[in-house]
Amino acid sequence: MLILDGAAMRRALTRIAHEIAERNEDSSEVALIGVQRGGVFLARRLAEILQKIWSHPVLAGSLDVGMHRDDLGRHAAPHMQPTVIPFDVTGKTVILVDDVLFSGRTTRAAMDALNDFGRPRRIQLAVLIDRGHRELPIKADFVGKNVPTAARERIEVRFREEDGEDEVRLQKT
Amino acid sequence: MAWNRKHLLDIESLSAEEIVTVLDTAKAFKAVGERAIKKVPALRGKTVVNLFVEPSTRTRISFELAAQRLTADIINFSAEASSLKKGETLKDTARNLEALNVDIIVMRHSASGAPHFLSRFLHASVINAGDGAHEHPTQALLDLFTIREKKGKIEGLNVTILGDILYSRVARSNIWALTKLGARVTLCGPATLVPRVFEQMGCAVTYNVDEAIAQADIINLLRIQHERQRKTMFPSLGEYTNLFGLTKARLALAKPGALIMHPGPINRGVEIDSEIADSVRSLIIEQVTNGLAVRMAVLFLVSGGQGPQGVAA
Repeated sequence: MLILDGAAMRRALTRIAHEIAERNEDSSEVALIGVQRGGVFLARRLAEILQKIWSHPVLAGSLDVGMHRDDLGRHAAPHMQPTVIPFDVTGKTVILVDDVLFSGRTTRAAMDALNDFGRPRRIQLAVLIDRGHRELPIKADFVGKNVPTAARERIEVRFREEDGEDEVRLQKT
Repeated sequence: MAWNRKHLLDIESLSAEEIVTVLDTAKAFKAVGERAIKKVPALRGKTVVNLFVEPSTRTRISFELAAQRLTADIINFSAEASSLKKGETLKDTARNLEALNVDIIVMRHSASGAPHFLSRFLHASVINAGDGAHEHPTQALLDLFTIREKKGKIEGLNVTILGDILYSRVARSNIWALTKLGARVTLCGPATLVPRVFEQMGCAVTYNVDEAIAQADIINLLRIQHERQRKTMFPSLGEYTNLFGLTKARLALAKPGALIMHPGPINRGVEIDSEIADSVRSLIIEQVTNGLAVRMAVLFLVSGGQGPQGVAA
C-alpha cells in the first residue's frame, strides 16, 4: 500500500524543515545527523531546505549505529556504513534524522553513539514515518507521517538517490 | 552480504564476498580508532580468551586491544605459564576455558589445524591467530585491507611475495585471499623455500628476484623463520640478503608506485634494507594500525547471530 509518493515526501520534508526552524531560533547551532542508511538522505535534503530558510549553510553528518545496537547475536552482524561527522557536536542542537521510527532501539543506539563524539546541547529527533510499537521511552520531535501498523508489517522506504524514486510503502505480510 | 560464520578458521574456505565484508567492516572500525573516544560497546558483556600456545607479541596485543576497544573482557592464556606445561591436553584446556563461559577463543598454535579441531567441539567462536605453517587469516585480511586502502582495489594488481614461503602461514593465507579477489600473485625466494608445488594454489613461482620485483605493484616480504626450519634451507643469512634481500639496488628496478609490506617482526639488513623499511614506500607501520581494525571487525562479525541481517528500526 502506498503511504507517500515523491511529491508527498517532499511536502512532508518541507513541513518538517519549517517546524525545525520554528523550534530552533539559534539556527547557527543546529546540526543534522542522519542515521544510516535512509536517514542520511533525509538529513541532506532537510539541510538543503533549511539552508534556504535560514540563508546560511547547515551542518550535516551521517551516523552508523551498528556498533551501538543491543541485538548483535540475534541477527547476522550488520553491514557497516560510514559515520561522518565533520564538526564538533559539543554545544550543538543535534537533530537526529531517521526514515522510520519503530521500536526506538535505533534511536537509543544513535544517542549512545553520538555521546562518543561530544556532548550536544540538546538532541531532537526527526523521522519521516512513525509507525508506533515503541519498546523504549522515545518520542519524535518532528514526524512526517504517523502510520498505524501491525507489528509484523513492514515499511519500505525508497529514495531517489539509491532507488531512483521517492516512495514509502506499507508491506502486508 | 551477511556474514554467517561463527568461526574464522582460514581464508581458504571464505568466499570473495565474505572477504570483502570483513574489509568493509574493518573500514568502519578503523574510523573508530581515529576518534577521541576509541571504544564502542559492540561486545559489551562478551569474554574473549587469547589462547596462545605458541608465543606471539604483536598479534596477541592486537587482539587484546581490539577486544578492549569493543568493550569485551579479555584474558590472556600463554603456554609458558599454563597447565599445558603440566600435561593437560589442548582439548581439556579449551573445555576448562569454556566452563568459564567465554564467548570467543583466539588461538595461536604451532600445529596446523589446531583451531579447526577446537571449533568442532566448542560452543564458543574460534578465531585462528596462526596455526603452524597453515594459515594466519587475520594477517592476510589486514594485508588486503592495506593494499585496498592504498591502491583502491585488489583485482588486477601484481603482488610479489618474497622470502620464506614454505614455512609461512602468512604466505598461504595471502595467496588464498589475493587470488580470490583477482590479484596476480608471484612467489619468489630460495628454491628450497619456494617449491613449485605452490603453483597449484593459482600463483606463479619464480627464482628471478629482479623480475619478481620489477613487475610488482606490491612487494610483500616475509621474515626468514629460523624457529620453523628444521634443517638448513640456505647457507647463511648473508647469502640470503645478497640473493633475495630487498636492497636499494633491487628496489630501483621496481615500478615507481610499488609499495612494500612486511608482516613483522622485520630483520633489518636481512630481508629488507633498513632505509627502505623506514621509507615512504613502506606500509609496515600502517599494517599494524590496520591489523587492529581488521581484528575488531572479525571479533564483531563472529559475534553476530545466524540468518539474515536485522531490520533496523
